[in-house]
Amino acid sequence: MAEPLLRIENLVRRFGGIVATDNLSLDIARGELHAIIGPNGAGKTTLISQLIGQLRPTAGTIRFAGQDVTHLPAWKRSRLGLARSFQITSLLPNFTAADNVALAAQARDGHSFRFFGNARQEKQLRAAAHAALDRVGLLGRADVVVSRLSHGEQRELELAVALATKPQLLLLDEPMAGLGVTESARMVKLLAELRQEVTIVLVEHDMNAVFVLADRITVLVYGRVIASDVPAAIRTNEEVKRAYLGDQHVVTAHD
Amino acid sequence: MTSSFNLRNAVAAIVVVGLLLLPLFSQATGNVFVLTLFTRIVIFALAAVSLNLIMGYGGMMSFGHAAYLGIGGYAVGILAAEGFGSGFIQWPVALLASALFALVIGALSLRTRGVYFIMITLAFAQMAYYVASGLSRYGGDDGLTIYKRSTFGGLINLSNRVQFYYLCLFCLLGGVFLVWRIVNSRFGLVVQGLRSNEQRMQAIGFPATRYQLVCFVIAGTMCGLAGALLANNTDFISPAVMYWTRSGDLMVMVILGGMGSLFGPVVGAIVYLVLEEFLSQVTEYWAMIMGPLLLLIVLFGRGGIMGLIGRFSRG
Amino acid sequence: MGAEKTGVSRTNMLLVVEQFLNGLQFGLLLFLLAAGLTLVFGIMDLVNLAHGSLYMMGAYFAATFVAWSGSFVFGIVLALGATLLLGIVLEIVALRHLYGRDHLDHVLATFGLILFFNDLVRLVWGPAGLALPLPAWLTVPVQIVPGVFYPAYRLAIIVVALAVALMLYLVVMRTRIGMLIRAGASNREMIGALGINIKLLYTLVFGLGAALAGLAGLMQAPILTVQIGMGENILILAFVVIVIGGIGSIRGAFVAAILVGMIDTLGRAFLPDLLRRILSSAAASTAAPALSSMLIYLLMAIVLVARPEGLFPANRR
Repeated sequence: MAEPLLRIENLVRRFGGIVATDNLSLDIARGELHAIIGPNGAGKTTLISQLIGQLRPTAGTIRFAGQDVTHLPAWKRSRLGLARSFQITSLLPNFTAADNVALAAQARDGHSFRFFGNARQEKQLRAAAHAALDRVGLLGRADVVVSRLSHGEQRELELAVALATKPQLLLLDEPMAGLGVTESARMVKLLAELRQEVTIVLVEHDMNAVFVLADRITVLVYGRVIASDVPAAIRTNEEVKRAYLGDQHVVTAHD
Repeated sequence: MTSSFNLRNAVAAIVVVGLLLLPLFSQATGNVFVLTLFTRIVIFALAAVSLNLIMGYGGMMSFGHAAYLGIGGYAVGILAAEGFGSGFIQWPVALLASALFALVIGALSLRTRGVYFIMITLAFAQMAYYVASGLSRYGGDDGLTIYKRSTFGGLINLSNRVQFYYLCLFCLLGGVFLVWRIVNSRFGLVVQGLRSNEQRMQAIGFPATRYQLVCFVIAGTMCGLAGALLANNTDFISPAVMYWTRSGDLMVMVILGGMGSLFGPVVGAIVYLVLEEFLSQVTEYWAMIMGPLLLLIVLFGRGGIMGLIGRFSRG
Repeated sequence: MGAEKTGVSRTNMLLVVEQFLNGLQFGLLLFLLAAGLTLVFGIMDLVNLAHGSLYMMGAYFAATFVAWSGSFVFGIVLALGATLLLGIVLEIVALRHLYGRDHLDHVLATFGLILFFNDLVRLVWGPAGLALPLPAWLTVPVQIVPGVFYPAYRLAIIVVALAVALMLYLVVMRTRIGMLIRAGASNREMIGALGINIKLLYTLVFGLGAALAGLAGLMQAPILTVQIGMGENILILAFVVIVIGGIGSIRGAFVAAILVGMIDTLGRAFLPDLLRRILSSAAASTAAPALSSMLIYLLMAIVLVARPEGLFPANRR
């Protein structure tokens, strides 16, 4: 089997007495769309934070594209091709949509220590920005200031910004959060198209989307992986059902 | 949006024209005082413009910016005292010293954020003040008299009030131009983005500290130039120029004028210093009025004067 | 000859002990000031530059009330009460409107207050500053160790400051209010949920901070200074203490304050001599005052490089 794009080995994260990530191991294969689900408090956000470099693990390693990135700062991981979208929308509110994406394209391009010339008029960056916006269907809103975009449009813009860095792996933290029915459908369609171009790790609560899109699903409870398999198998997995439907105490937390 | 933009531009244009014509006005009316006052104002406006670069555009609230006025000024003063009267030596040294100080202080201070950054920049500036006070060879607390202004080999005579004023104004307009080009460049967009949402910028691959440090050094160097001009203006340099309240004055000028607006600091400097001049002639205790005034401005005056103009023309 | 030698080294030892105690005393004063700042910042998230003005007012009130009442103790108790009252009035009239705003707004507004207070003091008491003479019973030297004498008043400062530090420790560690202080500003909702009157709590906390500042100011008044602008010089040192000690940590402030007090005092006392042994006399006398004043900033720089969060940060990443 080919080397996984993302390999997480024995990851542990403690907060004082609480073990948020409990000896977690997981492989993400190149080209797949891998969903991570779990009840609230399962440690999904903690896991994502450690993957992108916002939080340091207490123990364990993270390997991305064959490289140990466990202690690399967030910006370096981004440069290596690990892009993310935020659970709570995090954009540059006073800039336009195009500006936001162009900056990501600029980051990809390098050469940001240029002190002259009007960056907003650089054809190359603007073209890249418009391409990414078009991809997510926001081309018509390119020159709108982010604070004036709707919530759904902002979620899509998050995606466009991540895409503009030409990533190898897209870490999406609840991209459907707060979206209505139509918008969710749009997002699912978009992700279905994107999965052919880039490996995606998707953290989500929206089960319809997850079961439609995912190649594999990993279920997290109390910071541990209790199942990691194709959707059909997950659907019939007893432990998973218990975790979601009640008997959560069957899967006990460690002290 | 376009109408407010034009009104702010119009105000800026009027200010520039006014500043350009000022010496003619002074000569016509025989009022020398207004020329000396505005020379001082123009110099502080340059300092404010440099602070606006890191504060208004970069989001770095430095409470120690007056230190660079001192460093630039002392570079000129010390070299003059040691017999190096040429501006061609003094001024590059002033710029270099300011840049180095900004590099070191910036590298240390940018390891913190928010109010801690404010405290630390304040502390380092105060350190510079104390060090200067301890330089007994160069006057210490009493300051250092500069007997001869910087010479530029006959190109320009700094002792001529009008020539010196135009030099200062040239530096100010140059500074504004530089800031304008920088903030719209690739580098400038990164710095502005970092102010807006540092976490997002890191997520797309920008290491924050690097860019902020370069911005910090540029601003410090520009302020060092203002310091060199200041020393020549007063024929004197003392540690008081770096006292922390002077840094506070600069901050007030930037905020009063409108942070993150190109001409805001110029307008702010003019208003603040004219007000200070006017109030101090009314009463010896002008700070008792200025103090609560600042408080009120903070509570009610969002976006400074330029912001006010913008809102006014939109409504 | 042997007697001369022991005489010299005895004087040296006395000097070291004296400077050590001076450093401790200065450090404790710094702690009182820094603790007040940290408290207000921790609970109300308010950056109060005018904290130094409260320190100054404590000193001015003390000088005034002691002269007016003729009694040292009565005078300083009145001064402490007056500063507490001033703090409460300041909070109600001006500072409570700043809660929740940008820190930059705090900096500007309280900067304005400093200007106001400095001029107010100049108006009421004149530009020259005041003196606060000590009563006779506090000027006697006390023998702390056989053969080593230390002024009674300075000793009193150390004792009082340590007592206040202990009280603060007990309040912060053992009471419900202390728990809220330790939990920090992020738990404002919890404070409300506990049924505590937030407005009153904030006012009282600010009053406590003001009292601490005033206490520090009045304690140092007889031996150091009572003049305009005295607050700002020491306020910056208090900032340095907080940065070194650690974000949001009163314990950190204590350790850092003692450290800063010691280094500053001992440095100023012994660095010139030390330099004179290494450099020429002329170079030493130029460099010494500048270097001594730089010592604590150098310490701060080192801490910033090695541990930007400070020595005892309240939160661990």
